[in-house]
Amino acid sequence: MGVLEPVVKESMGKIKNNRSSDSVMEIIMYVIAVIFLVILIYPLYFIVIASFSDPSAVAGGQVWLFPKGFTLDGYKELLRHENIWIGYRNTVLYTVVGTAIGLVVNISAAYALSRKDLVGRKYVSLFFIFTMFFNGGLIPTFLTIRDFHMYDTFLVMVLPFSVGVFNIIVARTFFQTSIPGDLWEAAQIDGCGNLRYFVQVVLPLSKAIIAVLGLWIAVGYWNSYFNALIYLKDPNLYPLQLILRNILITNQMQSGMGTGEAAQIALRLANMMRYSVIIVATVPIMCLYPFVQKYFNQGVMIGAVKE
Amino acid sequence: MKSGQYNPGRTFGQVKQNWGLYALLFPAVVLTLLFAYIPMYGVLIAFKDYSPALGIGESPWAGFKYFEKFFNSYQFSSTIKNTMIISLYSMITFPIPIILALMVNQMRPNRFRRFFQTVSYMPHFISTVVMVGLMMILLSPSTGMVGNLYSLFGKEAPDLMGSTSLFSSVYVWSDVWQHVGWDSIIFIAALSSVDPSLYEAATVDGASRWHKVRFIDIPMLMPTAITLLILRVGGLLGVGFEKVYLMQNDLNGTSSEILSTYVYKIGLLSSQYSFSSAINLFNTIINFILLIMVNQISKKYSENSLW
Repeated sequence: MGVLEPVVKESMGKIKNNRSSDSVMEIIMYVIAVIFLVILIYPLYFIVIASFSDPSAVAGGQVWLFPKGFTLDGYKELLRHENIWIGYRNTVLYTVVGTAIGLVVNISAAYALSRKDLVGRKYVSLFFIFTMFFNGGLIPTFLTIRDFHMYDTFLVMVLPFSVGVFNIIVARTFFQTSIPGDLWEAAQIDGCGNLRYFVQVVLPLSKAIIAVLGLWIAVGYWNSYFNALIYLKDPNLYPLQLILRNILITNQMQSGMGTGEAAQIALRLANMMRYSVIIVATVPIMCLYPFVQKYFNQGVMIGAVKE
Repeated sequence: MKSGQYNPGRTFGQVKQNWGLYALLFPAVVLTLLFAYIPMYGVLIAFKDYSPALGIGESPWAGFKYFEKFFNSYQFSSTIKNTMIISLYSMITFPIPIILALMVNQMRPNRFRRFFQTVSYMPHFISTVVMVGLMMILLSPSTGMVGNLYSLFGKEAPDLMGSTSLFSSVYVWSDVWQHVGWDSIIFIAALSSVDPSLYEAATVDGASRWHKVRFIDIPMLMPTAITLLILRVGGLLGVGFEKVYLMQNDLNGTSSEILSTYVYKIGLLSSQYSFSSAINLFNTIINFILLIMVNQISKKYSENSLW
């Protein structure tokens, strides 16, 4: 015992030493984390308070922590703006239909590819993966879609880009790792076919991956403007993002409103709307996230597993 | 019978027995054929004088005319340079989500940690249109948050959105702001699968927290990090159209024209289909070569590879 004592003492000292350096590290870490949080939250918070503030106070730099000159004019102006509601309706439609198609197409393909007894599995995988690295590019794709008479239709917004290879890979990994193969063997003995097995057994066990992919796809549709920019001509089909682009970025609101006092008011209202429009366009899709959050760790974990 | 040996009768039997799986694959395969493989045939127009009246097949061959036209144009070096600058600049920020994940992993699982994670994901749900609109509002030197901040100190703010020299910085750092939390998810997931006994063993050996991060966490993240890095390099010339296009204005034009925006303008805005496809094809091929190269290098030195 006596011989060991110095050694034990020494290592005790070392551990103690590490403890104090650990707590220094911890303090530094939390300080960085708080700074980081402020940088992330403040711009978002600013938009919220600015949307309730008098625009001239915002422009004059008087709005920092609380709304100044509280007003709902920005939101009222928004309600009067018909284009926004058309865009809203279209976006909701594209998001719902697009997500439904995307889920059906990707999940079912992913399940088939997850089955080891699928003959030609390797080649079918390659068939999909190849499109991740090589594609026709903008113009050939555009010409193809035009030849299919899909230009400027509802369909072009929900169908052509519904196959997501990355989604398929993630879902396939999920099926491979969390649906036991014995289950299929048992079902087979009971005379259950592949399709019924998929619908009645596999899908109920796959809520996590359905939720996660659904969120990814829905966010994608809600936020996209590129396809609309290229494939749509009719303003009645425009999604919200394209209309937002006109208000927020190209300032089409402000041009063509004439001059004088009326134009000044119009400009004021347009500036006012900029904040409320951001909130109205972003909050609904953010609201989806908490519903999916509980599935998230499980779903993303699977995505992190390297294949 | 050993697997791998070819037996037509058995293969056919398996296909017939699993016809349901092929039915599940069918929609994804058809959509991929129609909207990914048929446009690939359209790539031919890069080598033709495409005329809409004649169609892809009948249009006369042009050889490498359009590639030469691009290589000789004054836009060639500037678009490539701009694309590379933005791409390489983004690449430098690659470790930031990893650092964030290491930090989150060090936090005790409590309310603060959950709040921190939820907030860090939030900006990801903002659409590109709203994001650029937000940047225009907040970064405005006259009325924006940044402008007001500068005027607090009696200084004049730089015009961040209208600057050629700052364009890439604004692009890259706004992207970091928006996606750092989201990008860290995959690393957090990878860290949560570390065997706890490794930490216990390290504690017994007297390792400090920093040692654990350095010798356990970081090595555990390497495979995921390298896989993601390979994919990034493969997209070196594939800087996205969406955000850059929205950020472009008359003032930053010389540093904001990248390959994808140029392809769009040449192709869809000025209808030079063949020329645009040639530029696009050039871009795709370079990316493809880069991907293969990086994958080979990684395979040789780290045993991590995509295939």
